[in-house]
Amino acid sequence: MSFIEFHDLTHCYNQGQENEYMAICGVNLSIEQGSFTVILGRNGSGKSTLAKHINGLLLPTSGVCLVDGRDTQDMDDLWAIRRQVGMVFQNPDNQLIAAVVEDDVAFGPENLGIAPQEIRSRVDEALKAVGMEKYKSFAPHLLSGGQKQRIAIAGALAMRTRCLVLDEPTAMLDPQGREEVLNTVRRLHDEQGITIVYITHFMEEAVAADRIVVMDQGRIQAEGTPREIFCEVEAMKAGGLDVPLAAELAWRLRREGMKLPGQIMTDEELVQALEAYGCPLS
Amino acid sequence: MSIELKEVTYCYMPGTPYERYALRQVSVSIQDGSFTAIAGHTGSGKSTLVQHLNGLLQPSSGQVLVDGIDLKGSDKEARAAAKAARRRVGMVFQYPEQQLFEETVEKDVAFGPKNQGLDPGLVQGRVEEAMNLVGLDYASFRNRSPFQLSGGQKRRAAIAGVLALHPRYLVLDEPTAGLDPCGREDLIRMIQKLHRDWKLTIVFISHSMEDVARLADSVILMNHGECVIQDDPDTVFSRDDLLQAAGLRPPHIQRLLRKLQAAGVPVQTRAKNIEECLARIREGLKHAQ
Amino acid sequence: MLNNIAIGQYFPGNSILHRLDPRVKLVLLLVYLAEVFVFSNARSYMILGATAGLLIWISGVPFRMVLRSLKPLWWIILFTFIIHLFSHPGTPLWTIGMFTMTWEGVNQGVFISLRLILLILMSSLLTFTTSPLRLTDALESLLNPLKRFGLPAHELAMMMTIALRFIPTLIEETDKIMKAQESRGADFSTGSVLSRLRNMVPVLVPLFLSAFRRADELAMAMEARGYRGGIGRTRMKVLQIGSVDYLAVFLFLLMTAALCMISWAG
Repeated sequence: MSFIEFHDLTHCYNQGQENEYMAICGVNLSIEQGSFTVILGRNGSGKSTLAKHINGLLLPTSGVCLVDGRDTQDMDDLWAIRRQVGMVFQNPDNQLIAAVVEDDVAFGPENLGIAPQEIRSRVDEALKAVGMEKYKSFAPHLLSGGQKQRIAIAGALAMRTRCLVLDEPTAMLDPQGREEVLNTVRRLHDEQGITIVYITHFMEEAVAADRIVVMDQGRIQAEGTPREIFCEVEAMKAGGLDVPLAAELAWRLRREGMKLPGQIMTDEELVQALEAYGCPLS
Repeated sequence: MSIELKEVTYCYMPGTPYERYALRQVSVSIQDGSFTAIAGHTGSGKSTLVQHLNGLLQPSSGQVLVDGIDLKGSDKEARAAAKAARRRVGMVFQYPEQQLFEETVEKDVAFGPKNQGLDPGLVQGRVEEAMNLVGLDYASFRNRSPFQLSGGQKRRAAIAGVLALHPRYLVLDEPTAGLDPCGREDLIRMIQKLHRDWKLTIVFISHSMEDVARLADSVILMNHGECVIQDDPDTVFSRDDLLQAAGLRPPHIQRLLRKLQAAGVPVQTRAKNIEECLARIREGLKHAQ
Repeated sequence: MLNNIAIGQYFPGNSILHRLDPRVKLVLLLVYLAEVFVFSNARSYMILGATAGLLIWISGVPFRMVLRSLKPLWWIILFTFIIHLFSHPGTPLWTIGMFTMTWEGVNQGVFISLRLILLILMSSLLTFTTSPLRLTDALESLLNPLKRFGLPAHELAMMMTIALRFIPTLIEETDKIMKAQESRGADFSTGSVLSRLRNMVPVLVPLFLSAFRRADELAMAMEARGYRGGIGRTRMKVLQIGSVDYLAVFLFLLMTAALCMISWAG
């Protein structure tokens, strides 16, 4: 069952003004319930604009965005949609509201008007789910970037969100923080079946997805499984994006005339293929 | 000619309950003409270290010498010399676009040279040169507002603002942070050009061991405020023990080659970039057959 | 690195004073301050002073730290004291030039200084034993009844919460921008006041731009988390008046009764 649907979605900033700018042009896409979708694209490709439509932070200039069958343009449904779709943004500093971690996680449920004891148990549960229960009385500015992002994720979980939209959550983090965030997201997807829409320009992170959507200049350029996408090395490079090291090496070796099986994406696959190539008899 | 740090120790807020040693007895040297990388995870003291290079921070103990001049001048004459020495070190902070403030790119880039008291004709020459160096065409960008540029262009404008000071050493704190693959590649090429053609000594902080491997000729590895090792990249990346303790991994290319080696393909594991990696694989396969 | 600096001067602890409901603390403090003005005689000040000493002891905050809060105002206290010494007519004690120190002046000076000292000590004891967040909650709760007169109690409290959250971030950012501009030869420490002010432009412009960007992003994040003002909102931490609070109020009333007795009966 599809959870999010975009029909001919177009978004235009500053419409009718001199600096009018088409960020999204006629996107059709549906995202399945319980799936892990990565949206890849370079800066300015429209991927963040698309993400902000999912919980009605931006409304389509034309076309429709449906979340669980509800139209984001219907003001009466907006709060129900926001309850189901949690957002995590790029800058970890600009999305935490309270000066204490647990108060921040409580912010969402407080807005929903839930009873205090229930909020408390949700907050504890959410902090545990992201492995940050030890930090509940910390001040956010004393945490690392990766930890701040995990708190932001906990804030969404405490609202009992069914879907997490992460808008370049790792762009400002170091490799360690990036791994922390990605592992947390992957675990939530695997264990709790939360629908994930993950926006990034790091292709290493995209390998974990069920499906990749590549955006360029406001349009969907390609979509498919990570394997399908990353084996189109030339197309990806032309679009200003990277591919995993193994895929790139395999592509270049093949171009030199080496006979390697297609669709190599991971180190292990490449090692296996080269091993077979090097010692064909064994 | 070089920058030398001799047993530099730095302590934040000494004598308070918040006292914390960010650097302990760090001795490193940055040779003239080198491309030096500083690696280490967040909180290892990298940023504190680079702020000593142009005297933004003064060591709690120890010495910083730029071309033989101690940045902590003891008398009036020595302080003037120290000030001149500090000017030889240009500093580009993380997300440098956040320091832009003028109405036009030209005025912003001119801020540094003007502060140095150069006369207007000279300032304009410096600005034009610096903008062209970073790939912002002087004629077409000089009158644009820095705030209307794209992310990558803003960063270039900010770097031009430092280059206009005519530094001999250029220090960059994670210059590619937040850029997409395309923007990263462009910026790295630009920095390489500055090193190669303009003979600038480059010092850069990076989280990406891939970038360190392909760019640097000297690596300073930091962990818990100490310099664990300073050596050429091959030597540093062969020290798994030190890397692991510092929370880092060797570059992906080398990890892959090691996996190949372990699988019985006789490859050498030293490779700086993807071309060298391909060469190692070809050699290895030839050897195997 | 400025990010280690705690906001305010909260001294974490678990004393009875720490555990009191912040609203009770705030109200009792206000009444205490009023009493310092009303019962302006030696015997009352002994009781009020002893209470202050006792409370500081109970709080577990080192006495030295509490005294340190007087430091910034030390000169004002001294200055007021000296002014009073010479400005009251009465029995002359000592004369230099046109100034005459009087017995009444000394008396008044001591009182005024003690009054200031008690005011400062007790107010800072409140901030030592109450985290800024609990104070914010207390203010919101106390101001709540004024909502019907149009006072935006929730919005004020939300603003304070956000300010508390962002002050350390902005301090850190200011530090970074100043260093970046210093690296480009900016000078913040020499020159006249006017030129120093002008030299701050390269710091203030980026700082404001960044603050606006942060505000924009924060507003979006709040909206995404279902925020739509104070209506229909609940709180995880609800302030509750407990037995300790009743005890505190009772003891405070006892002290007030004692003050009344010695001031008016004696």
